[in-house]
Amino acid sequence: MSDNILNVSRRGFLQGIVSTGALVLSVRMIPEVLWAAETSAGSHADRAVLRPSVFVGIDTDGTVYLVAHRSEMGTSSRTSVPLILADELDADWKRVKIEQAMGDPRYGSQDTDGSHSVRDGFTTMREAGATARLMLTQAAAQKWGVPVSECESDLHVIVHRPSKRKAGYGELASAAAKLPVPKKEDLQFKPKSAWRYIGKGTSSYDLVDLCTGKAGFGMDARLDGMVYASIEHPPVLGGKVKSYDEKAPLQVKGVKQTIPIKPFTPPHHFQPLGGVAVIADNSWAAFQGRKKLNVAWDNGANASYNSDQYKKELQDTARKPGKVVRNIGDVDTAFAKGGKVIAADYYVPLLAHATMEPPVALADYRDGKVTVWAPTQNPQAVQETVGEELGIPKENVTCHVTLLGGGFGRKSKPDYAAEAAILSKAVGKPVKVVWSREDDIKFGYYHAVAAMYMKALVDEKGKPTAWLQRSVFPPIGSTFALNTTYGDAGEMGLGWTDLPFDIPNHRAENGPAENHVRIGWFRSVANIYHAFAAQSFANELAHASGRDSVEYLLELIGPARIIDVKASAPDYDNYDGSPAEYPLDTARMRRVVELAAEKAGWGKRKMGKGSGMGIAVHRSFLTYVATVAEVEVDDKGEVKIPAVHTAVDAGTVVNPEATRAQFEGAAVFGTSIVRSGAITAKNGVIEQSNFHDYPVARMNEAPYKTSVYMVDSDAPPAGVGEPGVPPFAPAVCNAIFAATGKRIRELPLSKSSANT
Amino acid sequence: MISFSVNRQGVNLDVDPSTPLLWVLRDNLGLTGTKYGCGMAQCGACTVHLNGEAVRSCVAPVSRAAGKEVTTIEGLSPDMSHPLQRAWIAEDVPQCGYCQSGQLMSAAVLLRENPRPSDDDIDQAMTGNICRCGTYPRIRKAIHRAAGLMSTGGAK
Ligand code: FES
Ligand code: FES
Repeated sequence: MSDNILNVSRRGFLQGIVSTGALVLSVRMIPEVLWAAETSAGSHADRAVLRPSVFVGIDTDGTVYLVAHRSEMGTSSRTSVPLILADELDADWKRVKIEQAMGDPRYGSQDTDGSHSVRDGFTTMREAGATARLMLTQAAAQKWGVPVSECESDLHVIVHRPSKRKAGYGELASAAAKLPVPKKEDLQFKPKSAWRYIGKGTSSYDLVDLCTGKAGFGMDARLDGMVYASIEHPPVLGGKVKSYDEKAPLQVKGVKQTIPIKPFTPPHHFQPLGGVAVIADNSWAAFQGRKKLNVAWDNGANASYNSDQYKKELQDTARKPGKVVRNIGDVDTAFAKGGKVIAADYYVPLLAHATMEPPVALADYRDGKVTVWAPTQNPQAVQETVGEELGIPKENVTCHVTLLGGGFGRKSKPDYAAEAAILSKAVGKPVKVVWSREDDIKFGYYHAVAAMYMKALVDEKGKPTAWLQRSVFPPIGSTFALNTTYGDAGEMGLGWTDLPFDIPNHRAENGPAENHVRIGWFRSVANIYHAFAAQSFANELAHASGRDSVEYLLELIGPARIIDVKASAPDYDNYDGSPAEYPLDTARMRRVVELAAEKAGWGKRKMGKGSGMGIAVHRSFLTYVATVAEVEVDDKGEVKIPAVHTAVDAGTVVNPEATRAQFEGAAVFGTSIVRSGAITAKNGVIEQSNFHDYPVARMNEAPYKTSVYMVDSDAPPAGVGEPGVPPFAPAVCNAIFAATGKRIRELPLSKSSANT
Repeated sequence: MISFSVNRQGVNLDVDPSTPLLWVLRDNLGLTGTKYGCGMAQCGACTVHLNGEAVRSCVAPVSRAAGKEVTTIEGLSPDMSHPLQRAWIAEDVPQCGYCQSGQLMSAAVLLRENPRPSDDDIDQAMTGNICRCGTYPRIRKAIHRAAGLMSTGGAK
């Protein structure tokens, strides 16, 4: 149990427990889980004797407090980022205590998305660790009256090399604290050969708690005297309450009151959706009370939204010229010359995050200040959103970050935290807002539905001489600004403008689409539909010319070279990575293709009837990933995935086992996208509601075995949480083609005609 | 008033008998290791043992527990010594971890009934437990490992 989890008064839980025997029992039974109110005193790291950086504090007992400033949602950020600091500090991991940071700009960005926590933290954490290590070294040298150059760190101690004297970090902390904090230029980083933890990794800091039910998720946050809320949201985006029954819900035992929440002012951004909240003394009563609200809604303009019709519109738009986002050569002239032209449409539906823990937040408002406990990917966004909703400065919003029961981008948007804060202010008590699974599926910030149109002119060997690609999707920008219909540079850079194929005439376009639901980031974002179209189409071209898929893919990528994407796509942002540090390097892309193919036994194994292998490669979040999927398709069209071979070049890998887990997980996440995931709307209302009609992959449907091969690399660290997802769906669909001759151009399989 | 036992301790509660056991455990008793994931017996996050049988507590009214023995993840072992917990730790199973209480409780019943399950047995038994993070291959490995631990005397 980490140290910033304190117990609070248990009185609240004893209500309803009557016998005295139970009282004793309850005290024993209630786990000490709450992300505590360490508001004024700062963190342990702040209070430690030696605190050269906001990320680290060292006490005289030798305890090293490391601050995890990014959120833990299963990707191991809370372990892997502090681990970098511990390595540079030469700290003994067993003597490290991790504290979860509250929302606070002094930590820089705390936005845990875009697979960049290790990438961002790599330098910052090493600087903080090297600073503390240098101060401890200086203190030891001073203590012994020897030159600093004769002293160096070993595990949690400073050693005087000539005399072999040793002093522990705790022993040196007070003296070190009196020294000036060294300048960045004076820091020396450990050479790679001296790394203790980077590249070796460690288990999750929370591993034991996660296996014993003790871990503190947002769903588990509790406060003395709190009440529970469940909210009936407008079924159509932008809908408003006309009337509702205030009295009927009160008939449910435990329901205390109903409170309307005002509709948002467009654009919706992270504002609550509005609706009516039912306040009760437990979650279940709040859920039951909602059923009696009988709300009449004014649905508004989005009630005209029907997914079937909308799909046709997207596909029509994809067939029309769009905005050019990347151009090489002259596609039109090339096509005009005539020759063999191949074209195809692809489609990926809206998807819901369906984190195992639905959105949930606890807020306690008192006298113009509010404290929030939330499973959030971005506590500073919680501060901003809650501050705006309550009309208080964001500094008056304290946000504690609990563990997240999954995030996948959903918990980057803190609408649910704002709901809790609004309700706490209205009720005058701490309020925990609990979203049901139905709320989660019906009121998401969905992954955009997308239609892609691809067209290529191929020469006699099947190699494209002209390539046109067009994608159309309601953009994420529509969440932040009205009338946003085109993707921004960020979305276009996610696997569209950076397609590293060696084609003399190449144009990427984007067509407009209006949003009718909330659109948001979703694990790997636009890469999902972009990679699906590009990698499926590449495979179609390979088959059209009777070529081997791997050999053809390598030819498309072309010779090893650095691609200057900006030369053809001026807005390209390369995931905010500098082109010098993170160039688009086709040598690395080729290597993962070759590695995945080799490990899969590509071309060397005879696949049985109804079996096949497919490959796809994609660079996202600055990481190169090639995936070979093996499928078996039975007579009924049921698809099994016995094996997945994924080759990964993520640069320097801090935590290999956790990285492996991310790619295993991405294959399962990808399986859900391929097999079953689809959110649709009728008259503006989302048709799905829970796992029975929005199925996600179960154990018997998931790939049986996912093997992950990591390229050993000295390149700077890149992302690992998301990059496994984009190549997965095209690899599986290419495998289905190899197995059956059926080409899947629309996801999921359950909607695709090829499955019938 | 409903009386039952949770992790070998007696409780008497004055709650609406139709309230699902899940919410009584979580909200009334503060036993938050048992998770809510769907509320309709679809995901297994809420799995507990009722007289030793795996039950989806989100759809089991608390009245069903009357006079019976409920075991939650907090009671699976007093000190994380259950072979499954040891195996889970050895295989680094959890990612976010939210589903894992339910996975462990389902797996515990599987191993009690079938100490040497095959892959197919595991798939069958665990299909009702969703893990959105996708830890299935590690769960399968960990169950095999736990089975090994139990057969070599690791069981308590
Ligand atoms: S919460 Fe009970 S099965 Fe999902
Ligand atoms: S570990 Fe996250 S849902 Fe299973």
